[in-house]
Amino acid sequence: MVPGDLRYTKDHEWIRVDGDEAVVGITQFAADQLGDIVFVELPDAGRALTQHATFGVVESVKAVSDLFSPLAGEVTAANDALAGSPELVNSDPFGEGWMLRIRIADAAQVEALLDAAAYEQLVSEA
Amino acid sequence: MPYGPHAADDRARMLETIGIDSVDRLFDDIPEALRAGPLALDEPEPELLLAGRLQGLAGRNRVDLASFLGAGAYRHWTPAVVDQMLLRGEWYTAYTPYQPEVSQGTLQSIYEYQSLLAELTRLDVVSASHYDGGAATAEAALMTCRATRRERILVSRGVHPHYRQTLETYAEGAGLIADEIPLVAEGPLAGTTDLAALAAMLADPERPVAGVVAAQPNILGLLEAMPEIGSQAHAAGALFVAVIEPVSLAVLAPPGEYGADIACGEGQPLGIPLGYGGPYLGIVACSDALVRQIPGRLVGMTQDLDGKRAFVMTMRAREQDIRREKAASNICTNQALLALAASIYVSTIGPHGLRDVAATGASRASELEAALAGAGAPRLHAGAYLNELVVRVPDARAVHARLLARGVLAGIPTADLLPDEPALADGLLVCATEVTTTDEIERFAGALRAELAGGAA
Amino acid sequence: MSVVGERLQPTIFELSRPGRGGGKIPHPPKDALDRIPAGALRANPAALPELSEPEVTRHYVNLSQLNYNVDTGFYPLGSCTMKYNPKLNEWAARLPGFAGLHPMAPDAVAQGTLQLLWELEGMLAEISGMEAVTLQPAAGAHGELTGLLMIRAYHRSRGDLARNEVLVPDSSHGTNPATATMAGFKTITIPSAPDGGVDIAAFTAALGPRTAGIMITNPSTVGLFEARIGELLAATHAAGALAYMDGANLNAILGRFRPGAAGFDVMHFNTHKTFSTPHGGGGPGSGPVGVGSRLAPFLPAPRVVREADGTFRLERTGERPSSIGRVRSFFGSTGVLVRAYAYILAHGASGLREVSDDAVLAANYMKTRLAGTYQVPFERACKHEFVASAADIKHRTGVRTLDIAKRLIDKGYHPPTIYFPLIVEEGMLIEPTETESLETMDAFIEALIEIAHEAETDPDLVKSAPHDAPVKRLDEATAARQPNLRWRAMAGAQMPCPD
Repeated sequence: MVPGDLRYTKDHEWIRVDGDEAVVGITQFAADQLGDIVFVELPDAGRALTQHATFGVVESVKAVSDLFSPLAGEVTAANDALAGSPELVNSDPFGEGWMLRIRIADAAQVEALLDAAAYEQLVSEA
Repeated sequence: MPYGPHAADDRARMLETIGIDSVDRLFDDIPEALRAGPLALDEPEPELLLAGRLQGLAGRNRVDLASFLGAGAYRHWTPAVVDQMLLRGEWYTAYTPYQPEVSQGTLQSIYEYQSLLAELTRLDVVSASHYDGGAATAEAALMTCRATRRERILVSRGVHPHYRQTLETYAEGAGLIADEIPLVAEGPLAGTTDLAALAAMLADPERPVAGVVAAQPNILGLLEAMPEIGSQAHAAGALFVAVIEPVSLAVLAPPGEYGADIACGEGQPLGIPLGYGGPYLGIVACSDALVRQIPGRLVGMTQDLDGKRAFVMTMRAREQDIRREKAASNICTNQALLALAASIYVSTIGPHGLRDVAATGASRASELEAALAGAGAPRLHAGAYLNELVVRVPDARAVHARLLARGVLAGIPTADLLPDEPALADGLLVCATEVTTTDEIERFAGALRAELAGGAA
Repeated sequence: MSVVGERLQPTIFELSRPGRGGGKIPHPPKDALDRIPAGALRANPAALPELSEPEVTRHYVNLSQLNYNVDTGFYPLGSCTMKYNPKLNEWAARLPGFAGLHPMAPDAVAQGTLQLLWELEGMLAEISGMEAVTLQPAAGAHGELTGLLMIRAYHRSRGDLARNEVLVPDSSHGTNPATATMAGFKTITIPSAPDGGVDIAAFTAALGPRTAGIMITNPSTVGLFEARIGELLAATHAAGALAYMDGANLNAILGRFRPGAAGFDVMHFNTHKTFSTPHGGGGPGSGPVGVGSRLAPFLPAPRVVREADGTFRLERTGERPSSIGRVRSFFGSTGVLVRAYAYILAHGASGLREVSDDAVLAANYMKTRLAGTYQVPFERACKHEFVASAADIKHRTGVRTLDIAKRLIDKGYHPPTIYFPLIVEEGMLIEPTETESLETMDAFIEALIEIAHEAETDPDLVKSAPHDAPVKRLDEATAARQPNLRWRAMAGAQMPCPD
């Protein structure tokens, strides 16, 4: 079961609202599909993102996937730990494998994201 | 069919299993209007006759001349063991090592090649090879644009004109701009990259530069001020690409030690035949910081499930089969067998041997310079050179042709190689290597003396 | 029982001992480098390994034994055409007249090679139904780039600057979209039809004033001939775009279908597939490109020209300004092209047609015999290759195509192409070629059937394969996360040469 307190996108990203920021990552489902993750390319702090914009890339041994921003906003931090330990995305995708913090530009976008039940539904149909 | 394995009834058995009466049924889906008629080619040629035809063609090339031609491809002695190894079917009939468990030979040999070139260039990462020096230079230039997110490349006119042309073709496709840095026209630095012009080109704030490309030695054989070029590039936020010649790296300062971010060049001098231009070996090497930008295959060391050391293609997600339209390069087939040849050559020649090759070439070139000056063709330039140089010869093209008739391939007229350099209208670019003999030098000088004295009329 | 050797080898760096080797080159005079400024010289000698010739020989012979290769066994690799590499071709390429010729030698001394290259262009043009051929590109992908750059130049020459899209089916080889990007185009990927072919309607809908060209592999990457290719080409031209054919699968259609005659504007050949030039562990290949009359003016320069007196020369600089220029240093991978030339002459018109007949017959034979054990998603007659799927096996037993591939190694075979193209789940693309005997194909089929049974009775055995190879499955994740791409410098690298 995916964490109930997060919101989700159909591209298998999750967000956790933390004050005026959102923490962003990818779900276990996505990490499992990719296989052993070997590299994550993330933007620098200060970069402005529009909703659905590509903010980076996640690479596994045999696949690569773009990462799409669930929300519009400015990047306030990227998870530096992933540079040396990209495997955190496989082992703890909802925790230590977080990828970005974004300052939320439009709170209404958060409400429009999938809740846990809706995301589970999406995954079960996949 | 010369290599067909089928015995008399094999085809019939296959047809029967499939349940058809003729192989033509398997081509019924080709629309009738688009079906080909018989090809207008000759009937099959049995090996005996084909061998004769091939020998006849090869025999019509003249490779017996006293050759002083360099300009990007060099005569060297390749120890016999190299080709004996390359004749083994285990090497040349093997496929790309996508199944590493049964490709450890190829994979380890590429890792060793990467290591050897890393040591020669003193850069950290070497790709498992590109097509040739020109294509490698083009890919290196594109790397600088990806890494800096800038669109303009500066290329010295001291870089081989064919490499510059290839770079321009690639840049055109990628929507990038390649501007040429002129050479100094006169004085002691004539023939080298004009550093003042470079500074001016780098100073334009509206047109930031991604990379500066210069060759060492350059196409005229001259040694460039590579550290200075590198400093200028870095001060302007650009990367520095050095076009190198691998044998010379045994004696010349390597790019990793004078600030190059990327090195590229032609590996043909490392045990690969002249072969009218290919297959050759494109070298691309870079610092660790750029490893994700380097195009092409990389082989890395790892372990298997039992903890045994093994080798595998790695960082594959960068490549075209996975990244598709987002791949840094479309390169798929590389030059693996040539990288193997280079590794065997370097392993056999050894570090002292490679120094000797380079130093002997320099020594022969000194002899050549003296002999040609004595014959009336002094050096055109004052700067230091390794084993290639331009000598001044009036009416160089005509002299070159007459020397050819006398059995001497007197390098190449610089007017042909670099038609856009007026200062080089009357010159021959000549080269000496460890295989150049004193006898050949005397033949050249003697024939030249005769031509310049009275042979020309 | 693995067909490859077992003994892993130390690296050349580990075999190195100071004082070993040498004796190949006479020593130069001590003052050879005196005239070179110290600042330009290498201060620390390169720490290259020192080995004697016997050690070099043992090292490279023993390493070679760890390679699977065509001379050892069957490689049913779809899309690669791993046919036999004729030995006459190795002899020919090594003839001193060919091997010793400098790429910038004057035309007068290169007449043999220039004639060979000119004749080869003509033969490839005839085989493909194209007007003109360039031999410059060094590989198929390089040929694709050349072709797309010519398409770009063509449209620009007509002032048609809006055409910045290239249409590519989702089953295409990865080089196609990667090439489109390098040539400055945006790739529009069109999903394939359920029958594995090009979705003509979807393609036609996507064609428009922004389309520069389409890139099609025919037969497709699942080994099926595009029966409606005429329609697709007509629609492409009607939209003002040009059609590129990826010639990787030419082995299926020699003497049966000529792309240029059918309406393709440009195509590349892979000499290392169709024309038997060896794969070399990953290269060198060679990717000549054929064009119709529309694109001929844009071919890379210099071309080889035949004069009225029967001699040959290269075009002079600037002789054909419409050319896209050079795509590499010199004329082409001549050593590879000599091999292709010999191959074509050895076969002649009738032999080339037999090549395709036998390649297609063999693939259909194997497909028929495997259809009971593996799924064959596309039932109609294939060409030189076919795709089988282990999706059912995976759902029942958990054993995937990857595991089956690794288990084939234990049976003494190189695996087929797996997971390409991506449009088939748990796919295996099998291409026997025309140079494999019936015994070999039958034995391979038996092995594959055996593995399917093992998947049911002993899935763990298959999932942990290979067991009989020099190494077991490798840790590719660590290799990518912490890349070790070079041997670290040896101790003592700072010591000067002892002479």
